[in-house]
Amino acid sequence: MNVLELSVLIFGGALAAGLLGSLTGLGGGIIIVPLLTLVFKVDIRYAIGASLVSVIATSSGAAAAYVKEGFTNVRVGMLLEVATTVGALTGAFVAGLVSPRVIAIIFGLVLLQSAWQTTRQRVEHVAGGVPDRVATWLRLDSSYPTSDGPQHYQVRHVPLGFGIMYVAGILSGLLGIGSGVVKVLAMDRAMRLPFKVSTTTSNFMIGVTAAASAGVYLHRGYIDPGLAFPVMLGVLCGALGGARALPNFKTPRLRLIFATVVVVMAFEMLYNGITGNI
Amino acid sequence: MTTASGHPASEEHVEQMVGNLLRIGVLVAAAVALVGGIAFMTHHGSLVPDHSVFRGQPAMLSSLSGVISGTLALEPAAIVQLGIVLLIATPVARVLLTLVAFAVQRDWMYVLISAIVLALLTYSLIVG
Repeated sequence: MNVLELSVLIFGGALAAGLLGSLTGLGGGIIIVPLLTLVFKVDIRYAIGASLVSVIATSSGAAAAYVKEGFTNVRVGMLLEVATTVGALTGAFVAGLVSPRVIAIIFGLVLLQSAWQTTRQRVEHVAGGVPDRVATWLRLDSSYPTSDGPQHYQVRHVPLGFGIMYVAGILSGLLGIGSGVVKVLAMDRAMRLPFKVSTTTSNFMIGVTAAASAGVYLHRGYIDPGLAFPVMLGVLCGALGGARALPNFKTPRLRLIFATVVVVMAFEMLYNGITGNI
Repeated sequence: MTTASGHPASEEHVEQMVGNLLRIGVLVAAAVALVGGIAFMTHHGSLVPDHSVFRGQPAMLSSLSGVISGTLALEPAAIVQLGIVLLIATPVARVLLTLVAFAVQRDWMYVLISAIVLALLTYSLIVG
């Protein structure tokens, strides 16, 4: 197979990943690395480099729309980006020390956690109560648009959220993913932000987090232009198409399909990591 | 004066600028990568690649100065890599823009927070 044929196939795979990721709201980044390593037999380091690039493209594209609509909490995002960028640099540094086998095993476990997380029901938090001292000092409380007009909300447990974000940054830098699942966990579960604010602020932060480790990977030679180019354009086109087609799709069934794909890839990554076939 | 989101008008103005910056950054980066990619296909499309063994990248494709000099020499792979560097630079420019916006609002705590993030990103992109 020559460069042209391979690029077209990779573009198609990335397109499907971007489309599914956008339709399910889970992001396509998490299946790019398994797709490249398991299907196209690409070295996991090149796969992580290409995946990071695609993650920056889709998150920045989506964040552009959300931030304009006023869902994103820019102060919360900016504050937590301190934790995710330090984490991402830590992760990129650690990635240079451990063997690809270890990365494959961690990747498999993160895939399983993501699939499990998508099947869980979410609970919308009740507003009110005593304002949080740290959140007040950092002026994090804000509001977001709803059909009944602007809805005010309070932010809680900032140090806990900050700590989880550091872990999200490490995973992003180590595995080349956006780790949106962990970011939403920190904001939705720990900091009690409304779900829509959590997902959009997570998206807002993913580009910065991924850019922090992408710089390191560029200098280390992990970013192969021949591979990153079809992946980046494919995921971007898929994500744009998904955003347009979204109103016509039944998401629960798609989420189930996506979760199944993620579980299959998780076991494959774990198996290859354990047997050293990576 | 407030808006549909309940955010002050001054903040909403910043949000519009940030949104535009992100959109333009991604579009420009994708366009540059596409031009480089088409040139790459016409020059190297019939080669047989091997990505199964990790060899890293030459200096031209793994440093900012290498990418710029390669682009000036119209090297297709370097043009693709320039698109990727522009893409990595888009969130960095966004952090710079929010830093300036916080400074205009005299919100010094968030100027400091943005400056820390900007310093970390610059370090990563330039020093690696």
